[in-house]
Amino acid sequence: MSLDAATVRRIASLARIHVEDAEVATLQTELNSILGWIEQLNEVNVDGIEPLTGAAQMALKMRDDVVTDGGYTEKVLANAPERAGSFYVVPKVVE
Amino acid sequence: MTLTDLTLAGARDGLRAKQFSSEELTLAHLEAIEALNPRLNAFTTVSHARALDQARAADVVLGQGQGRALTGLPLAIKDLFCTEGVRTTAGSKILGPFVPPYESTVTANLLRDGAVFLGKANMDEFAMGSSNMTSAWGAVENPWKRRQDAEAVLVPGGSSGGSAAAVAARLALGATGTDTGGSIRQPASFCGIAGIKPTYGRCSRWGVVAFASSLDQAGPFARTVEDCAILLGSMAGHDPKDSTSADIPVPDFAAACRRGVRGMRIGVPREYRLDGMPDDIERLWQQGAGWLREAGAEIVDVSLPHTKYGVTTYYIVAPAECSSNLARYDGVRFGLREDGADLRELYEKTRAAGFGAEVRRRILIGTYVLSAGYYDAYYLRAQKVRALILRDFTEVFTKVDALLTPTAPSAAFAQGDNMDDPVKMYLNDVFTIPASMAGVPGMSVPAGLDANGLPLGLQVIGKPFDEETVFTVSAAVERAAKFDTLPALRAGN
Repeated sequence: MSLDAATVRRIASLARIHVEDAEVATLQTELNSILGWIEQLNEVNVDGIEPLTGAAQMALKMRDDVVTDGGYTEKVLANAPERAGSFYVVPKVVE
Repeated sequence: MTLTDLTLAGARDGLRAKQFSSEELTLAHLEAIEALNPRLNAFTTVSHARALDQARAADVVLGQGQGRALTGLPLAIKDLFCTEGVRTTAGSKILGPFVPPYESTVTANLLRDGAVFLGKANMDEFAMGSSNMTSAWGAVENPWKRRQDAEAVLVPGGSSGGSAAAVAARLALGATGTDTGGSIRQPASFCGIAGIKPTYGRCSRWGVVAFASSLDQAGPFARTVEDCAILLGSMAGHDPKDSTSADIPVPDFAAACRRGVRGMRIGVPREYRLDGMPDDIERLWQQGAGWLREAGAEIVDVSLPHTKYGVTTYYIVAPAECSSNLARYDGVRFGLREDGADLRELYEKTRAAGFGAEVRRRILIGTYVLSAGYYDAYYLRAQKVRALILRDFTEVFTKVDALLTPTAPSAAFAQGDNMDDPVKMYLNDVFTIPASMAGVPGMSVPAGLDANGLPLGLQVIGKPFDEETVFTVSAAVERAAKFDTLPALRAGN
């Protein structure tokens, strides 16, 4: 599978990263080189193998579904690039 | 006595015996940082005043005879750990202005035990790299020099390159690192120090900036195996805030360093060889096996057949998880913001300006392998191969107590090398990634020098949650190797 320029633009758009037109060809080459190398996984027989999602070989712990922490509005907002009162400010999204 | 030459254990004993104060010890390290950091660039933030405050507080505690495991001992903290009130950037412009309002669990554990934090250590951006060349705050210089070509500036390895360089150059007694595919073990090998990636789940990931959550694991660097054991004992432990942290007791790792390897079975996996790997590394590996045999262990030839697929599997799984984790950097809640005409343009411009080339590449690969129509061919297949890699380890650990391998297929390379082709850089982690994929503990121990006088590490891999055996075997390698060569650039030199 080889990526064309349109696919590179589509992935960048999905990832919400602006890519300049001049960068597309370089990215296409780099990504295809990595994906071409990854193709070697096709030689492994994985018939009947259950996928492994994580390295933790244990059951996740359960706890009561209750609020255990919170109430830090000022701390949470302290790093906001732009705020108004206890809200984050973004460009207008609804006309 | 030069305070910066002490081991962590030696400094602890000196503090308890009142031979010097934590303020003197901390000041000696801050002066060393002032002298050498402009060149090495191992620290991105130096917390001069805060460190001295912590040291004076430690001296009060020590004066009352109330010292804990790390009271008054100055450490470097990888800039991936959130530190309350101290800027934390993960080596990225996108987190440039970020000051965490909370402390990571691992660093909170170190503070609980009395440690002094000298500052934040440089690193590859978001821990993605094997050379520290991807840091937004510039490269780190490895304090070691080639015998021939002493002018060449070498990389410290990565991603925890600043941590490793700081400890090697004696700017800190120890440091925290994180390891997703080798980011503690490879820089430890390149800088001639010890470093351990514990079992996945041994240390809490809470407050550690996430890269690939099913792989990320914190661990320590120090100049001796015992010092790493002391640090890990403090860093480790169950944390209700990380659902993957293991609720099992933390053993006395330092005690494990004093046990012997007699009667142990140590596996030497035949797949840990690479075309073009220097003879020095193969020779050192054989020598390491010989040392363990002489100490009473039995050396067993074993096979981990899926080793070569570790790196390729990693470069699907890790980018997939990174593309998901790094979605949070949107220019709205924290970090960098680049304004745009609408919200979408704000996101796209912020992320284009904030992420470096390697991070962008991995986000794009991850987005692609998770996208509709490609998920099964890439991500699902990689998860199945990951299951086979784990099965290799599970089977081999029914026959042996631990494994001995080289840590990396090369010694430290020069800045600029391996930069033309991402895959070439990725292959530097070929021997460290399989243990990461399986979640098992691995430690790099400085064991010898290559023909050019550069340090080489050997890796000891153990069973899940059996770091004790890893420490026992690593300490045996350390005792036999008698590695005492010093880097060219170091405090007091």
